[in-house]
Amino acid sequence: MSDGRGVALRLEACAKTFPNGTRALEAVTLHVDRGETVVFLGPSGCGKTTLLRIIAGLEGPDPGGRVLFNANDVTDVPIERRNVGMVFQSYALFPNMSVAENIGYGLKIRGMSGKERGARITDLMELTGIRGLEQRRIDQLSGGQRQRVALARAVAVHPSVLLLDEPLTALDAALRERLRGELDRLLRTLGITTIYVTHDQAEAMALGDRIVVMRNGAIVQTGSPRSVYFEPNSRFVAEFIGAANILQATVKDGYAVLPGGRMRMPDGTAAGPATAMLRPEAIAIIDSEGADLCGTVETVSFIGDRQRLTITGAADRPIVVEAPNSLAVEAGQRIGLGIEPRTVRLLPEDRR
Amino acid sequence: MRDRLIVAGQLLFTLVVAAFLIVPAILSMLAGITVNYFRGIASGVTLQWVIQVWDLYAETIGRSFLVAGAALFVTLVVGVPAAYALTVRGGRLSRAVEEIITLPLAIPGLAIALALLLVYGGFSDFRRSWLFILAGHVIFTMPFMVRAVMAVLATIDVNTLDESAASLGAGPWRRFRDVIVPNARPGILAGALSVVTLSLGEFNLTWMLHTPLTKTLPVGLADSYASMRLEVASAYTLVFFVMIIPLLVAMQLFADVSNGARSRA
Amino acid sequence: MPYLSKSHGHRLSRTGFARLALLPLAIVATAFFLLPMAKLVIVGASGDMGLGAYAAILFEPRYRASLISTVVLAAVTTIAALAIATIAGLFLQRHRFPGRAVLIAMLTFPLAFPGVVVGFMIILLAGRQGLIGDLTSRLLGEKIVFAYSIQGLFLGYLYFSIPRVILTIMAAVEKLDPALEEAARTLGAGPWAVHRDVIFPALGPAFVASGAIAFATAMGAFGTAFTLATNIDVLPMVIYTEFTLSANIAMAAALSVGLGVVAWASLAFARSLSGGTVAAAG
Repeated sequence: MSDGRGVALRLEACAKTFPNGTRALEAVTLHVDRGETVVFLGPSGCGKTTLLRIIAGLEGPDPGGRVLFNANDVTDVPIERRNVGMVFQSYALFPNMSVAENIGYGLKIRGMSGKERGARITDLMELTGIRGLEQRRIDQLSGGQRQRVALARAVAVHPSVLLLDEPLTALDAALRERLRGELDRLLRTLGITTIYVTHDQAEAMALGDRIVVMRNGAIVQTGSPRSVYFEPNSRFVAEFIGAANILQATVKDGYAVLPGGRMRMPDGTAAGPATAMLRPEAIAIIDSEGADLCGTVETVSFIGDRQRLTITGAADRPIVVEAPNSLAVEAGQRIGLGIEPRTVRLLPEDRR
Repeated sequence: MRDRLIVAGQLLFTLVVAAFLIVPAILSMLAGITVNYFRGIASGVTLQWVIQVWDLYAETIGRSFLVAGAALFVTLVVGVPAAYALTVRGGRLSRAVEEIITLPLAIPGLAIALALLLVYGGFSDFRRSWLFILAGHVIFTMPFMVRAVMAVLATIDVNTLDESAASLGAGPWRRFRDVIVPNARPGILAGALSVVTLSLGEFNLTWMLHTPLTKTLPVGLADSYASMRLEVASAYTLVFFVMIIPLLVAMQLFADVSNGARSRA
Repeated sequence: MPYLSKSHGHRLSRTGFARLALLPLAIVATAFFLLPMAKLVIVGASGDMGLGAYAAILFEPRYRASLISTVVLAAVTTIAALAIATIAGLFLQRHRFPGRAVLIAMLTFPLAFPGVVVGFMIILLAGRQGLIGDLTSRLLGEKIVFAYSIQGLFLGYLYFSIPRVILTIMAAVEKLDPALEEAARTLGAGPWAVHRDVIFPALGPAFVASGAIAFATAMGAFGTAFTLATNIDVLPMVIYTEFTLSANIAMAAALSVGLGVVAWASLAFARSLSGGTVAAAG
């Protein structure tokens, strides 16, 4: 179990009903490869933290559910024996211990000698960039420093699985962006099987090898960041991951019929009513002369590195388009929309 | 101008009230070291009354410390783990337990003492020993220890600390020792001060429970007020003040420090 | 190591430890409190009058008189203590001056005095050899002694009530929103109106909470009355004499239960209004 990369993780039919009757999780089955970083992404209340706690051993799945580390059934093993490394949302650093003592606590429990511990603590602090803070008390640390101590402490024990519960949520936005990059580098260096819980879609995309999108206690889509972004399987996922234009139209002869003209659909699209998703950056602004689909610019927001336009009249509702900042366009202008069929994604009818 | 008069009036009022409370205490302290109270301080300063008090009542003073120390020990060993258990369990049962152990504060000491006598009066060995007094003191002081510790535990998110220590491999006893108790220290100290101070000053319970061989200081005080001359009673009271006032000051300082620390955090 | 069953949601393996941790407390509380209190209630009903003993507190003239005088004394003490503490508390909280901390300490340190010491303080003030007797005999030619009368008892009760009440009042005054008073003043309210219409209503919860504590403490106070040995039979003294002098154990028990219920009820009432935990002590 102390191979640096951790274990392969398998969850079988793990559901969770709390004693007060709340159904937090429907039966979830999931496989995570050794060394893989999987992000549980979803709005609050979707069950992602509950699932994390089941993997940790802080909660037990409803009868019938199983948790396996490398094919060993650990469902009945309490958290003290599971050898997981957990970073809590509030970091949960021990106020009565110094930074070094915090990091070394798991090692002390395992009986490692003081000298060995010291060496390992030094290595970890080097890795997380907090050398020099050994004797500081917890309340003297900044948010970013605490996060790194929490990480070092979790990793010190060579965990089978690294579990991160919204580790960046407690920090302010600027710090979060900076630490996100560092965290990504660190996770790649460590290479341990990692489960990362967040509600922030940008974080999920940046850090995950694979994203598990959850909603109302169930997994709604699993896939790489690219596949989840370009090929969402539902309206919910499409709108949760990035901005999305969702259009309703009737398809005839391979074209969707829209108020502002028509849009060529991907090959093999069946005729009849359809729901299509278009990402704002996949739509080009072209001359309205001869364009298949036209509309009127309603608003122009100059963001700096790009512009955001709202186009009315093209579809049944306003379309958001991301255009280059060099484009000369103004409100009221009539323009055409250039859309590649392969960027159009068909969605199933989604009862919201 | 009228405002200044009002403020002056309030100051005067407050001073009078403070005088009401403090003057007799000072008088008693003085009387305890004055040769003759009627003639006042002019008759000379002496320690003879204090020495007489020691001759007559040294045992009560010692016993008061014994009971207070024992009460502290019991409330620590019984109350601190219980406070932890009540905090992490939460729920209705914990609230009920908390209610029950706080009841002795609402019920007059006289009633509790009577109840104890009715149940244990027949066990003459127990009833005649200082342990009987200890039992009453423990019941009375336990809620102060438990609540002080629970108050501190509530501010430190005990559950998450517990979980994170568990994730690092520590079993329940190890977690209690390494993480819970050290972080509950301010509450334990505050509770300890309360327990000792309250035990030293307890009368209502102890008067009913005592026997001539198990007197504590407040019980001795009551005796001396009834039967001794004023100087001796005052000297005895002086001894009591000397015991209790440093504890009160410590409690006040401690409360200020912990309030200050909390507001800085 | 035995693992937990899956029946409970929360898995942290400490339920066993928590139960073990509560066990000593449960034993101590049951043996030395719950059991005795139960016995007290039972004994109260076991005398000649049976359950009627519990009604005797209202119907027997002697007990009723004692109950009334205790309640009246406690109530008057509470109101007086609240009034005094409010005036002093408002002043102390709103003015800073050298020696303020000392003044506050002086007003709160009697908190730890047992009733007997309070009684002694009153004797030193107003007893036969007391300060007031001394001063009045020099100034007026007549020595005024009132320690052993109802006035002395009242002063004694005031002595231990003021410190209890003043801390709560001061804390509440600190939390008052100055904007409310300023708003009243902009609308033309003079100082007395501001107090009457803004400050006192805002202090209402503090009055109730600390008043309940003071009332409960005064109801149960024994040491003070014992030392002052007045003719006034407050309920705790009646209980004491029934038990020790008349050996009327059942009656003493019944009266104790009654006293306990009254004290507990007033604290429960205050708690229901303030939402926190309050307690008498002493």
